[in-house]
Amino acid sequence: MNIVVCVKQVPDTTVVKIDPVKNTLIREGVPSIMNPDDKGGLELALQLKEKCGANVTVITMGPPQADLVLREAFAMGADRAILLTSRAFAGADTLATSNALAGAMRAIPYDLIITGRQAIDGDTAQVGPEMAEHLHLPQVSYVVDCEYKGGNNYRVKKETEDGYEILDVEGPAVFTVLASGYKARYMNVRGIVEAFEREVEIWTEQNIDVDASKLGLKGSPTKVKQAFPKQTKAAGQVYELEPEQAVDVIITRMKEKFLI
Amino acid sequence: MDFELTKSQKLFQQMIREFAEKEVKPIAAEVDEEEKFPTENVKKLGKLGVMGIPTPKNYGGAGGDHVMYTIAVEELSRVCATTGVIVSAHTSLCEDAILDNGTEEQKQKYLPKLASGEWIGAFGLTEPNAGTDASAQQTMAVEDGDDYILNGTKIFITNAGEADVYVIATMTDKSKGNKGITTFIVEATTPGFSIGKKEHKMGIRGSATCELIFENCRVPKANMLGKLGGGFAVAMKTLDGGRIGIAAQALGIAQGAMDETVKYCKERKQFGKSLSQFQNTQFQLADLQTKIEAARYLVRAAAWKKDQGMPFSADAAMAKLFAAETAMEMTTKAVQFHGGYGYTREYPVERMMRDAKITEIYEGTSEVQRMVIAGKLFKK
Amino acid sequence: MNKSDYKGVYVFAEQRDGKIQSVALELLGKARVLADKLGEEVVAFFPGYKNTESAKELVAWGADKVVVMDAPELEHYLTEQYSQAMSQAIDKYKPSIVLLGATTIGRDLGPRLASRLGTGLTADCTALDISEERELLMTRPAFGGNLMATIMCTEHRPQMSTVRPGVMQKGTRDENRKGEIENFAPVFDASKFKVKLVESVKENKGKVDITEAKILVSGGRGVGNPEGFAKLQALADVIGAQVSSSRAMVDAGVMPHEVQVGQTGKTVRPALYMACGISGAIQHLAGMEESDFIIAINKDKFAPIFGVADVGIVGDVHKIIPMLTEKLSKMIVKK
Repeated sequence: MNIVVCVKQVPDTTVVKIDPVKNTLIREGVPSIMNPDDKGGLELALQLKEKCGANVTVITMGPPQADLVLREAFAMGADRAILLTSRAFAGADTLATSNALAGAMRAIPYDLIITGRQAIDGDTAQVGPEMAEHLHLPQVSYVVDCEYKGGNNYRVKKETEDGYEILDVEGPAVFTVLASGYKARYMNVRGIVEAFEREVEIWTEQNIDVDASKLGLKGSPTKVKQAFPKQTKAAGQVYELEPEQAVDVIITRMKEKFLI
Repeated sequence: MDFELTKSQKLFQQMIREFAEKEVKPIAAEVDEEEKFPTENVKKLGKLGVMGIPTPKNYGGAGGDHVMYTIAVEELSRVCATTGVIVSAHTSLCEDAILDNGTEEQKQKYLPKLASGEWIGAFGLTEPNAGTDASAQQTMAVEDGDDYILNGTKIFITNAGEADVYVIATMTDKSKGNKGITTFIVEATTPGFSIGKKEHKMGIRGSATCELIFENCRVPKANMLGKLGGGFAVAMKTLDGGRIGIAAQALGIAQGAMDETVKYCKERKQFGKSLSQFQNTQFQLADLQTKIEAARYLVRAAAWKKDQGMPFSADAAMAKLFAAETAMEMTTKAVQFHGGYGYTREYPVERMMRDAKITEIYEGTSEVQRMVIAGKLFKK
Repeated sequence: MNKSDYKGVYVFAEQRDGKIQSVALELLGKARVLADKLGEEVVAFFPGYKNTESAKELVAWGADKVVVMDAPELEHYLTEQYSQAMSQAIDKYKPSIVLLGATTIGRDLGPRLASRLGTGLTADCTALDISEERELLMTRPAFGGNLMATIMCTEHRPQMSTVRPGVMQKGTRDENRKGEIENFAPVFDASKFKVKLVESVKENKGKVDITEAKILVSGGRGVGNPEGFAKLQALADVIGAQVSSSRAMVDAGVMPHEVQVGQTGKTVRPALYMACGISGAIQHLAGMEESDFIIAINKDKFAPIFGVADVGIVGDVHKIIPMLTEKLSKMIVKK
């Protein structure tokens, strides 16, 4: 079985800060990490590899330094790594990104494609399904469990707001995985040592058969018009009182609003 | 000259830090409180290859280096000094001892199991009457056919009772003093070998520290580590390496106490300001962080020299001396900054202060380290 | 593509087990506002099976027209079935704007459709507006809510967006509203159906949905433990509220995920949100700042939660909440 996992290097948004003047991210000092849902997806792939034998390829699109998430994937147990990097991919929205990734998929063998549900820097959850559509593959998003049933068949558990669904899927297919379903393994020390001795394949638009008009900024139907820090509403009154008085203030204000 | 960690060392640091935060930190207080050996975590560390970082791949190790190993001990000790010393004693005192002194047969037999964490390793030198002065060994090994018969007692042995393999220093010829010492590899299942009293300690309470008892314990000659009468050299060399591990442990404790103190000083408010806004806080912590960073460079330089095959004995002594004293100073100050809370078990700094003390004592007291350093100074 | 061929603000009217989802009504509320600005109509796409009757409900909530797609293939949501139906409908009706709820269904269907139609999609919008050039302005949080971005899709149609449940306000229900109900029969290519639903399990049945609560008493790190939450529950019982939680307490295993408010939890907008011992990380604020009235109690007077609170109380929740509960219970009993 050939499994391809899409991973993304993201800034750890739990520690991101915004430059209040330029309205841009302050990236300095913010660690770059493998996107958590993608890491869950890689874990699923590695579990399938252990259970039924598979070749696991990881692929990422990003700047040259995104190489590091592929090394991390090696250290977790991935077999092959491809870095899609080129100025031609810059400024891509989800559709253009999905076009580039779909192009790469067409150039490698796959039986199953796994992505994370969404990346923590964008939170869109769109790239996986959009890529699946380009490749005319069925998809299941929000996957928290997957059982290989032999042949091209999988039984997956999909999380929903109010429970879950069990779905039977005939592959090849695209699954988008939740980190909560697959607690990722730690990197292995020997894997870490070897990760930097192995080859990460560098691919550009030359390696994929996708029309240039569908890539990067040109291939992106959505454009960011402006970015701004979140407007919070004006603060109300803050009281520093003894508990008894504080309770009275709360009750008074609740009465004013007819809440009691 | 390059002061940066390599890419793989950095990636390893990321991995072990995550492991420490997620797996080790949550149980650190419990491990201390209940004197509980963290068996589960040690197994997990073994599976990940952390129990055999510098051991070559052909012996089942990770094929990493000693710098990585110090990173492991530092990051683990940052949240739990017990876990740090378990890895340190296992790696430096047993695995490295066999790797550096063992026959090919011994390496093939013991290293894969030690490196995978399937077996835990320990080292026995100290005796009731032979601490700093190792030449006063009273554990005797007497030749008998293809075996040696061991009799005697070792004390304060880290990982004792949990370990499967022990490197043991014995006296094979009392008349020769240091030259009469020989080391053996003793398996825990050997008849005549038993575990004695378990110590109740001030700190690193989850690490097992016990007496080893040898009563007509028959060990095959094939298990002699190094040459007959070469045990003192084996022990000293092994301790040199061990000191790098303990220095890393002390460094981790110090950094852990600093992390806690910084966090607390940001949150804790007195006189309408957070503690971190007082210049007294800032200056004291700046001085301490400088020492911690200096200790880190000493630790890594000693490990790097070991990896390069360069002499590192004095470097290891300096690293351990300085890191241990920094850990003691840092943790004492950490408790002080935490005030009354620091003296309670609600905060981890009191544990760190108790843990720090041992780093000034074991694997050569600070006084012994000074002897080693001075010895080198006056050698010429 | 001629942009003038595309008209109308269309809403994907999501149903589950025949029940129209609240988010669909919220989208209709917003679509009404947008359509009135454009001088165009609001249309609901309503795929389902044997559910034609409910179409009237969509009219009552603001639709000028409902396009009903009634087929057994559409009884339960499945990606390919719905994608085929919806893409064919979009090809036929040529909407200028298509809005979907950012639910597990909308977030599965939206990108699939956008990709099939070769157009843009903006996820999880928190604000929608029309520009002077009559383009859709889609505003969404980025980078974990640290930054807001306004996004446009000027060269492609339809302009598509998903919107999180609880963010937009419903209009007013009017049973007397008039609207057209029209049937559309998609042609299915069953050879592409590779996913079969084996079982759909509802786990939270009977449990409370915090997004529906009128009053939420929410606890964070300052509440600390189950005993602390018991105090909040006692207050909630007295004033008829639900208890919710910050992420910290969910991560700590004290509260279940379904009562988590915030970026990775639920967006709520109750009449009263009482934040107890919640410092107010930006991810939390993202989930509750649209509440009508916010009372915050926190020990730290510099806690960011006070920046969005209408009433801020600097103090210890463990003291204030029991006192408040006692006083309110006496008042309410007196009545």
